[in-house]
Amino acid sequence: MSGNLAIDAKGIRKTYGTGDAAVTALRGVDLSASFGEMVALVGPSGCGKTTFISILAGLLSRDGGSMQLAGVDPDQLNNHQRTLWRRGNVGFIFQQFNLVPQISVLENVAIPLLLRGDSRKDSLERAAMLLERVGLKGREQARPTKLSGGQQQRVAIARSLVHGPRILVCDEPTSALDGETGQRVMELVREQGCGPDRLVVLVTHDERIFHFADRIVHMDDGRVTRVVDGKIEVAALRAAAAAEENQG
Amino acid sequence: MRRIALKMLFGDSAKFYGILLGLTFATLLITQQSAIFVGLMTRTYALIEEIPQADLWVADPTLQFVDDTKPMPVTALDRVRSVNGVEWASPLFKSILVAKLPNGGRQLCDVVGVDDATLIGAPAVVMEGKVEDLRKPDAIFVETRGARKQLMQPATDDPNGPKRPMQVGDVLELNERRAVVVGIAETRPSFQNVPTIYTTYFRAIGFAPANRRTLSMVLVKAAPEQDVLQLKQRIETETGLSAYTPEEFSWKTLSYWMNQTGIPINFGIAILLGFLVGVAIAGQMFYNFTLDNLKYFGAMKAMGCTSVQLLVMVALQGLAAGVLGLGLGLGLTAAFGLSVPPDKLAFKLTWHLPLMSAGAVTIIVVGASLLSMLKVIRLDPKEVFSG
Repeated sequence: MSGNLAIDAKGIRKTYGTGDAAVTALRGVDLSASFGEMVALVGPSGCGKTTFISILAGLLSRDGGSMQLAGVDPDQLNNHQRTLWRRGNVGFIFQQFNLVPQISVLENVAIPLLLRGDSRKDSLERAAMLLERVGLKGREQARPTKLSGGQQQRVAIARSLVHGPRILVCDEPTSALDGETGQRVMELVREQGCGPDRLVVLVTHDERIFHFADRIVHMDDGRVTRVVDGKIEVAALRAAAAAEENQG
Repeated sequence: MRRIALKMLFGDSAKFYGILLGLTFATLLITQQSAIFVGLMTRTYALIEEIPQADLWVADPTLQFVDDTKPMPVTALDRVRSVNGVEWASPLFKSILVAKLPNGGRQLCDVVGVDDATLIGAPAVVMEGKVEDLRKPDAIFVETRGARKQLMQPATDDPNGPKRPMQVGDVLELNERRAVVVGIAETRPSFQNVPTIYTTYFRAIGFAPANRRTLSMVLVKAAPEQDVLQLKQRIETETGLSAYTPEEFSWKTLSYWMNQTGIPINFGIAILLGFLVGVAIAGQMFYNFTLDNLKYFGAMKAMGCTSVQLLVMVALQGLAAGVLGLGLGLGLTAAFGLSVPPDKLAFKLTWHLPLMSAGAVTIIVVGASLLSMLKVIRLDPKEVFSG
């Protein structure tokens, strides 16, 4: 861990429903992370990753525990304040990109700036700069549907960074992409997304991108089961794969 | 974000054109059917509008509408004239009679007999001849629509050959009495689709079958400074007849057709169908459009789009679709009205009707937008994550 604390979450609990229908998604999750890090949340389906990332992004309230995100507890804010806090501090990269198909790539990237009330001219200029940074100069006026999956995810990366968020939340960013494209996309996230004043939180099943993470947080049954250095995890995975191959 | 909202709407061509088509068609149906209804209904009191000189129309108390003439004794005219405050009172005859045409054909005609002395009640717009020609022996005027339709005559000796409109100089028979066309007049189309023939009161009585009571109505002009409503009451009290201002008489006639016939129900059903078409096609499509875009709204919500911003976006989309659909629908309705000759179809597009259609479109769009907004407002932004 390096730099100042971006996430300080202790004993996060979350239950959906009540009574017999209650489902406990998080049973006391602890996680600390600093700016400059890329943290990957991994685990089987239903382990609580999505619930935890939703709480981290300020989209969902917790039932118990304490949390500070860049010095702010989103649960202390009302809905409107929380929306404004997300607008200024969180960037999102979605599995299915969620690019609005009826508008140009440039306008898609400009959405976070337009939402906060920047002028259209300034927003589009800034969006064009971000598109250039992700290697899509010249495709500004294209519709998202005219781009490949990798290019669409690069647009989504540009959109997630255009307003300079401090926390970047990536939800399965490579699962809709082939292996090679996924690697390139993650290189871009690492290159453009990580910085001394930014934390990247990644939810993924894709072992091929584990090496991009500084730390891998394993979750199961609503708890963090272990936290491993990304490079150590990858080395262990490679060793296990090699042993399996030798046995075969 | 407003521009993005509009681009989202216009960019989804299939749904946008579907919404537009639904709203346009609904507007067209609602406005066109309403305009035909209003056109038809205003024709029921066309005669009242044709004689603007009268301040009051006096008739038998049992009369229900302007064409429902209940003949009164001629003495009624003198009784009305004797009422204090009456400047003048003129007799009016009105009855449906059978005309025998020059080619031997027979045609029902609405015969209006106006005051012999003053010719009050004669048509104001004369296309051929002079109103004074009505004083010539056996003289009648026919109106242009009748002359060009039901009263058409063979242009040659061949009765099956080409036909020409009835014209000045043609001779016909009314109840076996000779009638000579001395003029052609332009009048408002009437509700009854029969030609109107104008002549003088006493000649009209001669055309009609013998009847002791021949006075259909009395037209009254109030003396200067005389309050018309006070005069109306005085006439009713002193003569036992009913007196109506033109507005009252028009409304009485209109009310009869509205309450005693199935016309409003028939048109009401057509208008309701137009509204339902709008709800079914445009409302449903607009709702589906929002549902299709829900994940994008959800992503925007996650990125910090406030509920107000989302509502403005949805409302703007609804407004744009509504304005365009309404405009196109009204344009098509106006084009329809201009393309159909007035004598073929009663069509009257008053300023109230576009407002009514705008109200209907607003209900459709606001209803669909509200449902869509609820969906957007209730959308849990966490749903944008794959789960």
